Amino acid sequence: MAEKVIMLGNEAIARGAYEAGVKVSAAYPGTPSTEVSENLVQYKDSLYCEWAPNEKVATEVAIGASISGVRAMAAMKHVGLNVASDPLYTVSYMGVNGGLVLVVADDPGLYSSQNEQDTRMVARAACVPVLEPSDSQEAKDYMKLAFTLSEQFDRPFILRTTTRLAHSQGMVELCDREEPEIKPYVKNIQKTVMMPGMAKERHKEIEKRNLELAEAADTMPVNTVEMNDTKIGVITSGIPYQYVKEALPKASVLKLGMVNPLPEKLIREFASKVETLYIIEELNPVIEEQVKSWGIPAIGKEIFTIQGEYSANMIRKAILHEELNLMAPAEVPNRPPILCPGCPHRSVYYVLKKLKLHAAGDIGCYTLGAVAPLSVVDTCICMGASISSLHGMEKARGKEYIKDWVAVIGDSTFLHTGVNSLMNMVYNQATGTVMILDNSTTGMTGHQDHAATGNTLQGDPTWAIDIPGLCRAMGIKNVIEVNAFDIARLEQVVKEEVAKDEISVIITKTPCVLLDKSKKPLYRAISEKCKKCGMCMKPGCPAMTRNADGTIHIDDTMCTGCGLCENLCKFNAIEMVKAGDR
Amino acid sequence: MAVKSIMIVGVGGQGTLLTSRILGGLAMQGGYEVKLSEVHGMAQRGGSVVTFVRYGEKVAEPIVEEGQADVIIAFERLEALRYAHFLKKDGALIVNDWRIDPMPVVIGTAQYPEHILEDLAKEHKVYKVDATEEARKLGNPRVFNMIVLGIAAQHMDFSKEEWYQVIEHTVPPKTIEINKKAFDIGYTLK
Ligand SMILES: Cc1ncc(C[n+]2csc(CCOP(=O)(O)OP(=O)(O)O)c2C)c(N)n1
Repeated sequence: MAEKVIMLGNEAIARGAYEAGVKVSAAYPGTPSTEVSENLVQYKDSLYCEWAPNEKVATEVAIGASISGVRAMAAMKHVGLNVASDPLYTVSYMGVNGGLVLVVADDPGLYSSQNEQDTRMVARAACVPVLEPSDSQEAKDYMKLAFTLSEQFDRPFILRTTTRLAHSQGMVELCDREEPEIKPYVKNIQKTVMMPGMAKERHKEIEKRNLELAEAADTMPVNTVEMNDTKIGVITSGIPYQYVKEALPKASVLKLGMVNPLPEKLIREFASKVETLYIIEELNPVIEEQVKSWGIPAIGKEIFTIQGEYSANMIRKAILHEELNLMAPAEVPNRPPILCPGCPHRSVYYVLKKLKLHAAGDIGCYTLGAVAPLSVVDTCICMGASISSLHGMEKARGKEYIKDWVAVIGDSTFLHTGVNSLMNMVYNQATGTVMILDNSTTGMTGHQDHAATGNTLQGDPTWAIDIPGLCRAMGIKNVIEVNAFDIARLEQVVKEEVAKDEISVIITKTPCVLLDKSKKPLYRAISEKCKKCGMCMKPGCPAMTRNADGTIHIDDTMCTGCGLCENLCKFNAIEMVKAGDR
Repeated sequence: MAVKSIMIVGVGGQGTLLTSRILGGLAMQGGYEVKLSEVHGMAQRGGSVVTFVRYGEKVAEPIVEEGQADVIIAFERLEALRYAHFLKKDGALIVNDWRIDPMPVVIGTAQYPEHILEDLAKEHKVYKVDATEEARKLGNPRVFNMIVLGIAAQHMDFSKEEWYQVIEHTVPPKTIEINKKAFDIGYTLK
């Protein structure tokens, strides 16, 4: 029997890519897709994988590899597909040489995202077929199938997952790697140069291919009918299939492994055999609207939400009207995510707050500077938007208006798309101040390397893009590097640069505390000296709490010895009890 | 065997992932089908985190729903309270008697509830331990989660040898001994 192991959905996808003989993979991190690349790297003797600066670049790298004749892939989160949608819509016209698969992870319930968009909508618009697995085993199997179908139908494929699938573990049977032959590259500009004349023909071609694929879907083994009691029939796919199996074990189920295009004949047949047809899909009514457009009566979003994740209990209530007699949850204070103890971003926000500045924000750990007690960040839109939206404010309201503002952006986000926005500021004579909070890593998604860290995904040392040098090369005169914990100097620099009628970039270069493996100092609060002024509590360090009498307690399991609190205490009531390496 | 549903709840960064992976490995070693659901990304930054472990002959959904947990392992008191309603009627609630203030409490916009364990004990079978303190005595407060896991092990049907085997496979090699010691403390605690 084949070896069985337990694997995260994303791990299984990586395994599937390996077994399918993938030669090239490029990705930009994004929860919940990041672990695909992090797991793929273990197969680096058989394939090449990299972190690209953004999803558009990653997708184009994969397209190039496919054109050259090998199996190739890119992985991203749902909003990453927006960034990659330019190549996506056109590669859909081109088709593939070597199989091409994009792994795209949606996030119903917004565990780690700024919106709840549904990749299937984008895929429909771009006319790109989509497979959707419902557990780790299928994640691996469908990944392989996606490559086979991609080559068979000359289409790029999307493997769509959701957070629940990507971050659940299940059992997976391992197989050996196939080594598909490299396809010869045959020059054919009708297929690879999408100028209007060629694209017109290709558009016809892909519509035809799509119909062929829809027809093939009627008999595709991943679209399975489980006939049972015919009172209730359910069409579902992905993770919701598991909830259906828990809640409605007796129902008949049509499980769709391919969710675009849909198998119309199969669906009609199934619908005709059941009394009431339900369509159970998280997020948008993508299957439902198509089924209803064919005149098939069905119930879907009338009783199910377009928001968040589903569950078996939700289905029991909605369809079986079961009274579940559940205990009410206790009323408890929220525990929102926070900046870690010792995070350099906290220090920067402390200073910005002190100077009463607004920050046009961006996406990363530093977005957490939006919430109390720091409350500095005013916006979070999409990657790179901090810099460009600050620029928009200046053009709308003038340079005096933005003297109360800075843009804040992380190092990874800056290289993702922020750099374009900065070029725009330079080009269009902006005077704003941009702060690059450079913690030497892609923090939020779990510490991935990027173009300025000096290491590749495969672990090789490489050239590190010089961020200050890059800014200077654009023509920016005021480029200043400051240690984030040097609050006196940081305050001085921010004041000066914001006041200038010139564009400035302030780079706070201090590594993420979770990456810093040096021995850390430890601080203690001395209650006898404490004046209970609360100064040290202002930055909102989670290692610090107030005792009942108003004095301060520093939790020694959480303190990382950044020294910010000691720095802020005017009464020497915080002292170092253990020295570190720093 | 009916499917067993276990939850591990705590604060991001406390090591819930490692614990759920040990449980998963154990159930798999026992020949069961296993599914685990984890939290990565944003919430791991000090937020409230919950991971699910389900095992049995055949497991469909990877999550544990309200009213279904056989065992909840809570690494912190407030998190025990937050998720207690996920317990089955006679389910076991194992709590590390430890307090981490969430930001609303730190900045004074919310109060940390008093008497959590007493209140929970009125409705549920509660097993508490000051695991962080016990782990500190062992020399590394971070292995507190093994102590809590040791108590949970008393409520599950795997032998001590099976637990040891999985711990050896899961934790970093240098920490195997201290992790096993920590597990023993919980396993023998009355
Ligand atoms: C288009 C897009 N791709 C990926 C993500 C996922 N994501 C959120 S924050 C982030 C990186 C943050 O890194 P950095 O800018 O260095 O800031 P840090 O978290 O280290 O403070 C990523 C990749 C996203 N939100 N949008």
